[in-house]
Amino acid sequence: MTEIDQEQLRIASEFIEALPHSRALGMRLVSIGDGEAVIEMPYADHLVGDPATGVIHGGAVSALMDTCGGASVMCHPETGEMTATLDLRIDYMRPAVPGRTITARATCYHVTRSVAFVRASASDGDADDPVAAATGAFTVERPE
Amino acid sequence: MSERPPPEPVQVVKQRRDAALRALVGGVPYVGFLGISFERHGDELTALMAYDDKLIGNPMLPALHGGATAAFLEVAAIIELSWSWLWQDIESGRIDPDTIRAENLPRLPKTIDFTVDYLRTGLPRDAYARARVTRSGRRYASVQVEAWQDNRTRPFAQAMGHFLMPSKRPE
Repeated sequence: MTEIDQEQLRIASEFIEALPHSRALGMRLVSIGDGEAVIEMPYADHLVGDPATGVIHGGAVSALMDTCGGASVMCHPETGEMTATLDLRIDYMRPAVPGRTITARATCYHVTRSVAFVRASASDGDADDPVAAATGAFTVERPE
Repeated sequence: MSERPPPEPVQVVKQRRDAALRALVGGVPYVGFLGISFERHGDELTALMAYDDKLIGNPMLPALHGGATAAFLEVAAIIELSWSWLWQDIESGRIDPDTIRAENLPRLPKTIDFTVDYLRTGLPRDAYARARVTRSGRRYASVQVEAWQDNRTRPFAQAMGHFLMPSKRPE
């Protein structure tokens, strides 16, 4: 990683970790750049959705996917520095293993004048065995 | 001629329904973390997410985080679905208000997929949601849910989801 990349990662990390809800969920930026973002969310007791099993609530995984999707749009070379979610669909493939950190990876794969399209997946260790997948559309805010 | 039993006193009925709702909602840590509660009128539920600074996504606007909104809608959908699924057992008294706890409730439905439509910016204030079970089968259910803030006719988000129903028999 070059010094410039390091500096961009530091600025983006500060930005994402300054979002109150993302901070409350303990999200940490792992990498960002060129329309791709990776964000992790460590396991925590207050994220549990099923007390009988200790499995994390789907809503917390949605919040992670939404943050990661937004980050992938903001770091795309053809978009501005702000975006909002238009829609987000999440498919839950299996419950996350209790105790494990969830890592989301989002790709902003297409951008038009007004809309950015995103694909994302979340895993609890093995990226080939995801816990959830998402597709979404985000707004594109261009500098006037 | 056999006489019909007198109707149950209203407080007995209310106590049983409220105990079942408390057991359903109170046992989930993430629901408590987001500050979500439910108001009940008969069998109609309204979800309430009380405003808190930790729900903010963009501090510049400020606006609710899309993830908090999505989670709120999903919680409202799952609780409504579980509630309608358990309603017969609550009414018949098969669910006993004195012994009901989060640990011995039947398993919750599992989300298969959930699609959120963000209609307007979520403002930094309380939010409400109501869900409707549009199809409830033995294995699969479909639920629609809508959230609003100041004005019921101007929802700020809506969602639909598919859910896998738990088995009625103990697993």
